[in-house]
Amino acid sequence: MAEIIQSKKALAVNPLKVSQPVGASLAFLGLNRSLPLMHGSQGCTAFGKVFFVRHFREPIPLQTTAMDQVSSIMGADENVVEALRTLSEKSRPEIIGLVTTGLSETQGTDIQRSLKEFRAAYPEFAGVAVVPVNTPDYLGCLESGYALALEALLRTLVPASDCAGRRPRQVNVLASAMLTPGDIEAIKEWIEAFGLRPVVVPDIADSLDGHLVEAEFSSLTIGGTPRAEIEAMGESTATLVIGPSLARAADLLHELTGVPDYRFAGLMGLDDCDAFTQALASISGQPVPARIERQRAQLQDAMVDSHFMLGFARIALAADPDLLGMQVRFLRGMGAEIVAAVSPHRHDSLAGLAIEQVVVGDLEDMEKAARAGGAQLVIANSHAADTARRLGLPLLRAGFPQYDLVGGYARGWVGYCGSRQALFDLANLMLGQHHELEAYHSRYWADDRDGVGQRHVVASTAAGLVH
Amino acid sequence: MKASDIQALLDEPACSHNHKEKSGCARPKPGATAGGCSFDGAQIALLPIADVAHIVHGPIACAGSSWDNRGTRSSGVTLYKIGMTTDLSETDVVMGRGEKRLFHAIKQAVDSYSPAAVFVYNTCVTALIGDDVDAVCKAAAERVGVPVVPVDAAGFYGTKNLGNRLAGEAMFKHVIGTREPEPANPRPDGLPTYDVNLIGEYNIAGEFWHVAPLFDELGLRILCTLSGDARFHEVQTMHRAKVNMVVCAKALLNVARKMQDAYGQPYFEGSFYGVQDVSTALREFARLIGDPGLIARTEAVIAREEARANAALEPWRARLKDKRVLLYTGGVKSWSIVSALQDLGMKVVATGTKKSTEEDKARIRELMGEDTKMIDDGSPKALLSTYHEYRADILIAGGRNLYTALKARIPFLDINQEREFGYAGYAGMSELARQLALSMESPVWAAVRKPAPWAGGGSGTVLVA
Repeated sequence: MAEIIQSKKALAVNPLKVSQPVGASLAFLGLNRSLPLMHGSQGCTAFGKVFFVRHFREPIPLQTTAMDQVSSIMGADENVVEALRTLSEKSRPEIIGLVTTGLSETQGTDIQRSLKEFRAAYPEFAGVAVVPVNTPDYLGCLESGYALALEALLRTLVPASDCAGRRPRQVNVLASAMLTPGDIEAIKEWIEAFGLRPVVVPDIADSLDGHLVEAEFSSLTIGGTPRAEIEAMGESTATLVIGPSLARAADLLHELTGVPDYRFAGLMGLDDCDAFTQALASISGQPVPARIERQRAQLQDAMVDSHFMLGFARIALAADPDLLGMQVRFLRGMGAEIVAAVSPHRHDSLAGLAIEQVVVGDLEDMEKAARAGGAQLVIANSHAADTARRLGLPLLRAGFPQYDLVGGYARGWVGYCGSRQALFDLANLMLGQHHELEAYHSRYWADDRDGVGQRHVVASTAAGLVH
Repeated sequence: MKASDIQALLDEPACSHNHKEKSGCARPKPGATAGGCSFDGAQIALLPIADVAHIVHGPIACAGSSWDNRGTRSSGVTLYKIGMTTDLSETDVVMGRGEKRLFHAIKQAVDSYSPAAVFVYNTCVTALIGDDVDAVCKAAAERVGVPVVPVDAAGFYGTKNLGNRLAGEAMFKHVIGTREPEPANPRPDGLPTYDVNLIGEYNIAGEFWHVAPLFDELGLRILCTLSGDARFHEVQTMHRAKVNMVVCAKALLNVARKMQDAYGQPYFEGSFYGVQDVSTALREFARLIGDPGLIARTEAVIAREEARANAALEPWRARLKDKRVLLYTGGVKSWSIVSALQDLGMKVVATGTKKSTEEDKARIRELMGEDTKMIDDGSPKALLSTYHEYRADILIAGGRNLYTALKARIPFLDINQEREFGYAGYAGMSELARQLALSMESPVWAAVRKPAPWAGGGSGTVLVA
């Protein structure tokens, strides 16, 4: 059980936290022909857009209700209605995610009421689904905003029903914000290997994986979960929930549809992966395919190969709760020590981690803990690059944002293959900083023991041991 | 900030955009707006001051997705790269604890990082709940013993451009004129030293370091650059410069105009992009300072540098000659880039004029010919259709349009503040040429435009490898 320590500083230094509205927008970016609309000043959207563009290296559809000084003070309901109308008219989206911000929440906006006004005034746009979600940025973090958006999405689009299993091969997947497009691709293949058909919500692997399409331009997402599939989630035979942050969304889906669910805290490392594979086998009634058995054996092999480098390795971690938890379990399972675990937000799941403490704080907190604990490796987002440089440690980039790396979004961490690659990369980073023992020179040795003026440089081959 | 104060800032008499019936900053349209807010603009203008602790006062959104994303470089201290925010919680907002938290935050920043000064950026939420940032800054400054400067540019005040001005205003009101510069050390060559300022130069990707040696050589001491690679104490002494140069942006024109009124400093607008513009800028300094010796030395340096630059550019010119450019900067930055592109023998076939005045448009015709298409609509769709219609070879625009171009499989050059390459000065031109050629001549375009061998509708020829 981990002790949760709240950082008591007045000033957050090198923030780890990304805001809830940005997280909620990410969820809507994983839906097909969709568009997040932030209810706030234009900067909220501009910053969010740049944030995603730099991470995914993709054009990002994201709009704003553009609150200005007058509407911030006098009320901005009209802005919401006008923005919804403009977007419906111009782009005919399937789904608009109406996301609040700190500004509109502080002002006291009532987006449900504004949405009603929009519906009353413009019945011609009844076909456009609008999902309102309250995500003030003075609460939570990216992950919690994403989870709130998912909850609102299910509440808006999934009808209450009693026909679970009508589509016997169909399984729902509720995918946490910690999963990359690469992860989701791997999860889909995993499920398909059992003859099942996954409906991943949201599916950023289909929209943000970085692929060129015929159309030169789109003002909406160019992939992602189709709305019709979300509406039919009640007919699935099971729901796979990945990430503790989605517990409430999962409860809601279960309540609405009665589809039985299987919940997973993460999908890294042998135990996580085995639990998922076992669930797929029992849902499908199929034996585990030979290909997956093989991948499992490969992971086992990588575990024994890399345990020399990762055993007792002192690791500093900073990430949103789901990702932090998954990495902690994975690394502890390899015998590594977690000398710093920092999360920007308190979530119940953190208390269950098998480490001494988790600090709710920023990258400065991580830097201090890493220094104090003699960390050898940092796992965090791109913002930690300077932190790692100051610490003189290698950084493995994980989480949001990754802007100084091409293809961070495509990297798969989960599953037997993803876990194996993570082991290789971690082990290599440890090897790269392997320090040889300093040679001892005996006082009895002659000065010219190695020949006069000659010191042959002998390259040491890394034995694979890290001290 | 009062609405009337904002209106006063929008009305900038020195800005040529002011002559139109509407000033540059029209009301944004819900659901159809792009671009940053005033807070964004203020941060862009001031963040490069490297030895200052920049504290964003508000909940996480403002700093959380924006810190550490600037291409601006410092030659030494890098405190500006440390992200700082009060990261207000719900309790802070509801219980009105923002001011108290800010006070302690300032103290914490000074205790742990010993900054030359602290800048506090107001944001939407703190402006709305009415935190008295000015008062907290004043009280904190007394307590911590370093200057604490309020920058009141909440996002909802308006556009990025307005934020630039608000930031300039804060510098003029609180910082400029609060310290005297040290006298310049006498030069070994016995030449006189003249003090100058650059306003609106941000040292993106360190590009100003291409130009700075020429200033040193000529005896022009840059008292301060607002704000690329600047230090707080330099901003304090800006009032003592002989001449101010406003570098390719109208956004901080208010600072130059106010300094002219208050301290009698003449200013001119110029740019360091393109061989001719660099030469023009150097000439303007010499002319305004009025020392015949300096004028002669400047001409000699220009002749030498132009010859060197031209020699370096010769091979590039052959490759880039007559290539067609669609330039979309959404504003006045175009000027400087157009001249640079023409230096390279390229043809600007269309340019964005969304924020241009009639006067600007006349100048475009004069500079680029009657055929140049002026685009008002900066939407990706409009840009791409213009690109095809005018058979352009490359799109040059800000980072926001980078993926517009790449998704449409067309070459692109980024000229925005997040870019990684420096194009300023005589030497920067070679880098610009290289980057243009790199994208235009890349073999990837042909590769990604051709259909897969198995795609239907082909000629039916079977190739056997």
